[in-house]
Amino acid sequence: MKVSITINGSAQSHDVEPRTLLVHYIRDQAKLTGTNIGCDTSSCGACTVHLDGEAAKSCTILAAQADGGAVTTIEGLATNGEMHPMQKAFMENHGLQCGYCTPGMVMAAIGLLNENPKPTDEEVRLGLEGNLCRCTGYHNIVKSVLAAANK
Amino acid sequence: MSITQERTNSIIGTRMLRREDPALLTGEAKFTNDLVIPGALHLAVLRSPYAHARIKSINVSDALAMPGVVAVYTGKDLRDAWAAPMPCAWPVTPDMKNPAHFPLALDKVCYVGDGVVAVLANSETESRDALDAIDVAYEPLQAITDLEVALSDKTIIHEDLGTNKSYTWNLKVEATEGAVDEAFKNAAFSVSERYIQQRLIPMAMEPRAVVAVPQPFGGDITLYSATQVPHILKVMTAITLGIPEHQLRVVAPSVGGGFGSKLDVYAEELLCVALSRKHGAPVRWVEERSENTQATIHGRGQIQNIELAADKDGKLTAVRVRLIGDMGAYLQLVTPGVPLLGAFLYAGVYDLPVAYDFSCTSVFTTMTPTDAYRGAGRPEATYAIEVAMDALARKMNIDPYELRKRNYIKKEQFPYTAFSGLTYDSGDHLAAAEKAMGHADYAAVRKKQATQNVAGARKRLGIGMTSYFEMCGLAPSRVLASLNYGAGGWESATVRVLPTSKVQVVTGTSPHGQGHETSWAMIAAEKLGVAPEDVDVLHSDTAIAPLGLDTYGSRSLAVGGVAIAGACDKVIDKARLIAAHQLECAAEDLEFAQGTFSVKGSPDKAVPLAAIAFAAFTAHNLPDGVEPNLEAQYTHDPKNFSWPFGAHICIVEIDTETGKVDVLKYIAVDDCGIQINPLIVEGQVHGGVVQGLAQALYEEAVYDTDGNLKTTNLAEYLVPAACDVPPITTDFTVTPSPTNQLGVKGVGEAGTIGAASTVMNAVIDALSGLGVTKLDMPASPNNVWKAIQAAQGGK
Ligand code: FES
Ligand code: FES
Repeated sequence: MKVSITINGSAQSHDVEPRTLLVHYIRDQAKLTGTNIGCDTSSCGACTVHLDGEAAKSCTILAAQADGGAVTTIEGLATNGEMHPMQKAFMENHGLQCGYCTPGMVMAAIGLLNENPKPTDEEVRLGLEGNLCRCTGYHNIVKSVLAAANK
Repeated sequence: MSITQERTNSIIGTRMLRREDPALLTGEAKFTNDLVIPGALHLAVLRSPYAHARIKSINVSDALAMPGVVAVYTGKDLRDAWAAPMPCAWPVTPDMKNPAHFPLALDKVCYVGDGVVAVLANSETESRDALDAIDVAYEPLQAITDLEVALSDKTIIHEDLGTNKSYTWNLKVEATEGAVDEAFKNAAFSVSERYIQQRLIPMAMEPRAVVAVPQPFGGDITLYSATQVPHILKVMTAITLGIPEHQLRVVAPSVGGGFGSKLDVYAEELLCVALSRKHGAPVRWVEERSENTQATIHGRGQIQNIELAADKDGKLTAVRVRLIGDMGAYLQLVTPGVPLLGAFLYAGVYDLPVAYDFSCTSVFTTMTPTDAYRGAGRPEATYAIEVAMDALARKMNIDPYELRKRNYIKKEQFPYTAFSGLTYDSGDHLAAAEKAMGHADYAAVRKKQATQNVAGARKRLGIGMTSYFEMCGLAPSRVLASLNYGAGGWESATVRVLPTSKVQVVTGTSPHGQGHETSWAMIAAEKLGVAPEDVDVLHSDTAIAPLGLDTYGSRSLAVGGVAIAGACDKVIDKARLIAAHQLECAAEDLEFAQGTFSVKGSPDKAVPLAAIAFAAFTAHNLPDGVEPNLEAQYTHDPKNFSWPFGAHICIVEIDTETGKVDVLKYIAVDDCGIQINPLIVEGQVHGGVVQGLAQALYEEAVYDTDGNLKTTNLAEYLVPAACDVPPITTDFTVTPSPTNQLGVKGVGEAGTIGAASTVMNAVIDALSGLGVTKLDMPASPNNVWKAIQAAQGGK
């Protein structure tokens, strides 16, 4: 079947099998490999993108369900060669180590601040519940998100 | 040797932001599964659904007819592809039993997840779809998931070995024969404890992935793998496949965490290489998470019996340890050595007389093979001694911190030769503990506890501590020889000053989240007097960095970082000869500071390193006997292990009605010697602590009695999320290591080594008033609640 999705502002259209997940569409068809896959039970959040402005785990959505929608991936955040404030906050606060959870974590964190621009430490921790990181112990991820919120 | 701390304008010690980050933060970084390789075939592996079974027959004809399927192979089909079984590099005893282990099983499967059939297809989906069409007939045999049952040899897993026992390894050191028995006989106090180190699943967020790209006509082959150990993998792949090592190149692209689980040589790596050669086409494989939990090594898995003898003041007089180690179904790269990495640490940080008796017997079970997992042997040892110290303190009815203070090796005793003969380089346990106690406000917590933990109180407060030593900086090659390890412990570095004075550092370490590019550039910049931005760090590709022993065991800085400093020294030595020639003075008359050579006493006679680099490149005017170009290679073989240490404290509150443990505060005071980049050091401690805390409170690989793994994915295996863990207070003391020129010790595993016992001591402290003095990990709500019920019922 044919699916048309605007990814990072560029309108694309690809033939996919009906069972194709959005995350595979993004990685294999749109050839944007910044979005990672860390599990097969929608538990880890590594695949988090924005669909029509809201953070969503792209392994839980069929590409067909996103037909006609707009997706932003980690590659679409920087503008004019400048990283997004959330990306900068992660860098400045050492919010990443291996970086595998990071694209999903950053997308989820932006989604979190969209809903709650001035969260507490506790609210950040709860808000990122669906995103797992094995490296950082979350301490500096929380710090990064709070720093971005206070900018 | 003078330590960098004293320098002015130091780069070392600054919180430099990581140069790795922009690529990782923007999706630009490429992990193995991101590599686009045209024409690649996809490998999928059919795995055993049985823990222990004989393979009666395999029918692949339906699978071969599936769309996109190119080939299907059984273990027998590929038997001739292997020149040797899969490698175990650590035969810990001469009579160690090591079953032949091939990438695909031949006649028998020995754990759920054991590879049975390989499918090659044109796409990943087609390769996986074809797995369902393969028909394997099994004759199920008895599963063995209990270590003591395994030891009984009632059912033998590898029949040709005649036993499930792999080895027994002893370390008995006594000042005089019988000293240990004597000490226990005369002990004023003693404890005998049994602890279970549950199996853990490492769960690096990036599952493994492999791509092998052959050049059928050129003859070379490139193996891309999500590995911590490209260098070791190259040697081992060459040996196992019988291909010339120089025709193999191994690349570790961006790697998404390892924690030991990517410190191995895996079946899928060997299958991709073998099949890509067979088909003359690239072959790729990517692991699904539910596959990762079974096909990638597990960690821990020990039964620990520890006995402490003490005199009337609580001074330790002897330690006796009996371990049973769970090897799983086969020996992977360093499986048998893992318990032995802790063998020297069961007396912890304490001044023990020469009365130590350690023995470890390791057995095969029908579960996923175990191997090194963050800390490897050392968290287990630290857990046993530190939880046992609390038990001893309870028995003596004294404060556990007081007991520790009576036993610490004192600052002035360093360098300290331990009962084992190993020398602890430097330390100050009391200083670290005092600092941690200050953060915890220990006296106040004890006071609050006295009022809060009254009979009938629903919420009970507990505080626990750990003092630890981390034996790291793996490793002096001669010590490894005495442990029968199959390789050295050195690390290599090349430092090259390019004609335009930019610097390349080539390292044999292989980072996967540790920020080596940033820290190594800082070391070279400091040594050479250049800006860190002018230093590039190359790694993780055996064509670029041919020599190396990779990254594990907190070794990268203490061995690899020190190698870089040594290579810089050689570059400076050579540059000095050229500078002396140009300035027409003796080399000894030159001093080198801030990147410039100047004549002592006449600072206007000077030449910068940049000019020397260009002169070395043009080679128009070099002194006789000096080769062109400014480059040096240096291999560092450490003289000793390094001994980072620290003190951790945890404060918990436990809801006795639900059994839920709330961590109110976690304090980590660590001493890893000189810190190159404190930002990175703190990050390592945060992550390490949470991994140790996760063992204490959440994680466990659960098998049923039929040998089925019940925790096969991230919905069932509880890797904590942000809301499950506390913020972490980090602080440091700085005791330089006297055994290397940077004064560094390493920090990768520190947090994990300290955390599990710290949390469990706090949990037991909270509950001991209810009669709970023993609790196995994880202290999940269910386990805590049951322990409370059992203790209360028994009253
Ligand atoms: S890959 Fe989507 S949640 Fe894990
Ligand atoms: S940075 Fe490695 S998983 Fe989060």
